[in-house]
Amino acid sequence: MRDMTTPLKKVLGYGSAHEGTDHFWKQRVSAIANVPLTLFFVGLVVALNGASYEETRAALANPFVGLLLGLTLFAVLYHMRLGMQSIIEDYLHNEGVKLLALMLNTFFTILIGASALYALIKLTLGA
Amino acid sequence: MVELALPRNSKIQEGKIWPKPEGATNLREYRIYRWSPDDDQNPHMDTYFVDMDDCGPMVLDALLYIKNKIDPTLTLRRSCREGICGSCAMNIDGANTLACTKGADEIKGPVKVYPLPHMEVIKDLVPDLTNFYAQHASIQPWLQTVSPEPAKEWLQSHEDRQKLDGLYECILCACCSTSCPSYWWNGDRYLGPAVLLQAYRWLIDSRDEATGERLDNLEDPFRLYRCHTIMNCTQTCPKGLNPAKAIAEIKKMMVERRV
Repeated sequence: MRDMTTPLKKVLGYGSAHEGTDHFWKQRVSAIANVPLTLFFVGLVVALNGASYEETRAALANPFVGLLLGLTLFAVLYHMRLGMQSIIEDYLHNEGVKLLALMLNTFFTILIGASALYALIKLTLGA
Repeated sequence: MVELALPRNSKIQEGKIWPKPEGATNLREYRIYRWSPDDDQNPHMDTYFVDMDDCGPMVLDALLYIKNKIDPTLTLRRSCREGICGSCAMNIDGANTLACTKGADEIKGPVKVYPLPHMEVIKDLVPDLTNFYAQHASIQPWLQTVSPEPAKEWLQSHEDRQKLDGLYECILCACCSTSCPSYWWNGDRYLGPAVLLQAYRWLIDSRDEATGERLDNLEDPFRLYRCHTIMNCTQTCPKGLNPAKAIAEIKKMMVERRV
């Protein structure tokens, strides 16, 4: 059958989604937050290089360190999810596969975040 | 759609080597993409030899030399031959540009000429720009106003007119859009640098009163936000314009109106 849809109709599609700026802006904000937070994280890893389990736990028990680590986790994972979403939208074109990948992206981030947060709480507060 | 390899019927094969013009001493080798919808053959690269003593300096001169004197079946678009119509946009020596303003002396070795990348080919060096033109139409590239029409004309200060410099010069040759990987993969939904530059041209026109609606129509993960500042557009623009900056300015307007 000949395709008689006009080219303009194809381009207009379902119209504008009226979103996208939110994603764009949050990606920038989390990127800026990541600059000091990852510097702190790398510094911490260097400082604790070769430290024993007890020493590490003592360092993390410092509320300042524990809180900053928690924030680093949140900002990095949030930024990771937004970035991965962009990659999925760029490269996956099968609608079913794309939807599944977007969902798995969210689930994966939550899973990683929850386990890391659990470990952090256990290390900082646990007996 | 992401395609890392060409489909089997698009794989480019070695083509014909056309005879050298008789008695010529100053020869230049041209390797040109050929494909015709009329036979079932794959695309192929034909080799031609151009007598530079009998031909102008630009790549378009050589293409017309070939068409006139060697092979009249070679198909290409051209019109103004001075970089203002945008018809002869093609991929020359690995970069999108206008054949009429690209000097053959800027290129080392054989001159390789392909149609604009990742577009459907109609024939040889002629790509199908239907979707590109429809995208341009979709941003409604004309002055839109609500205020009662003035008796004579819509006035604009010199300063406001200057804001259109670097934008109004766009000739819609599609070099930028077809150099953009995001446009290759999502050209059906992403508007691409050329059309977004045109959209910005109307967004910042001091006389236009549809700025909000224009931004609303671009507020979309695909129409606007597939731009990842790869900058191929700005790199390749044969008119020296900066579509990447225009897109960044649109994103800035999007943020400004909500913070």
